[in-house]
Amino acid sequence: MSIAVGMDDVYEGESVNASEAGPASKRIVVGYGFWIFLLSDIVMFSALFASYAVLSKATAGGPTGAQLFSQQNAAIETAFLLLSSYTCGLMSLAANSHRYLGTILGAAGTLILGAAFLSFELHEFHSMIAMGATPQRSAFLSAFFTLVGCHGLHVSIGLIWLVLMMVQLAMWGFRPVVERRMLCFALFWHALDIIWVMIFTIVYLMGVVR
Amino acid sequence: MTETRWDVAPGERSGIASTEREGGSGFLVYTTGLLLAVILTMTSFWAANTSVLWAPGVVAGLVVLAIAQMGVHLVFFLHITTGPDNTNNVLALAFGVLIVFLVLVGSLVIMANLNENMMAHTELMNLHMQR
Repeated sequence: MSIAVGMDDVYEGESVNASEAGPASKRIVVGYGFWIFLLSDIVMFSALFASYAVLSKATAGGPTGAQLFSQQNAAIETAFLLLSSYTCGLMSLAANSHRYLGTILGAAGTLILGAAFLSFELHEFHSMIAMGATPQRSAFLSAFFTLVGCHGLHVSIGLIWLVLMMVQLAMWGFRPVVERRMLCFALFWHALDIIWVMIFTIVYLMGVVR
Repeated sequence: MTETRWDVAPGERSGIASTEREGGSGFLVYTTGLLLAVILTMTSFWAANTSVLWAPGVVAGLVVLAIAQMGVHLVFFLHITTGPDNTNNVLALAFGVLIVFLVLVGSLVIMANLNENMMAHTELMNLHMQR
């Protein structure tokens, strides 16, 4: 890292060809590495999407998607997650210019909206299971709970991560390492929103259209 | 370790510094992204529920809207751009899209094909079941 900073001082203000600029800074490298992880996560989700798409009609005489899914619920969940992505963006803006209040407000908004999304999703799961639409009922429901549940698990992990980041921010302030972790969190959270776009399109909207 | 506030790659200095100076531009980017995403989401929900549209085309339309919204998220939220610092990210994304495409389309084609072939030989399956 000291090398990167040294190079940074030398080249400051000049526009240097990428091949002549020397080693990239840790922020760029960390972002790239985390981006690779996110892509591998998306590839894993694509396998879950493929299994859902293949099994979506294998209801085994049980309830179908059109009977189970509430468009209104899906719309509310989508709104929560989209807005939380927005507040997460505002949080990274505030963190980039080292504004504590803005960062904490953005994080609080993200946390509340993410938790609201999760509670709606859990409520939906609970009412489905109460109706007898358990994961054991049919291949369609197994695939549904695996896909949407895996996304919900990611959101839960993201919320825990966000709380940890706020603790680190309170303890250490805007250290470079904390900033890089917050950058990774923002990438993670936006990627979850991208996966949710696929879920509400393929599961909730297409499940009702036909 | 004098001034590590930005910790950016050499040559990126100007790019990041400009967003620092005009804090409003980053806000504008996220707000634009949010507005576009809201419009696309509402269009998706409307298209799925309306009876105005030609029904067989709705599914294709939903796919297009979803891909457009993922593009909006990538550009406005994840800041995947065509800039020189993003070449590696874009290449990784292209590879990821290729794998996702292969997994999705491959599974769907193979399973549809299998289904079709299994259905055609019901009498054969019955024979098999009798044993």
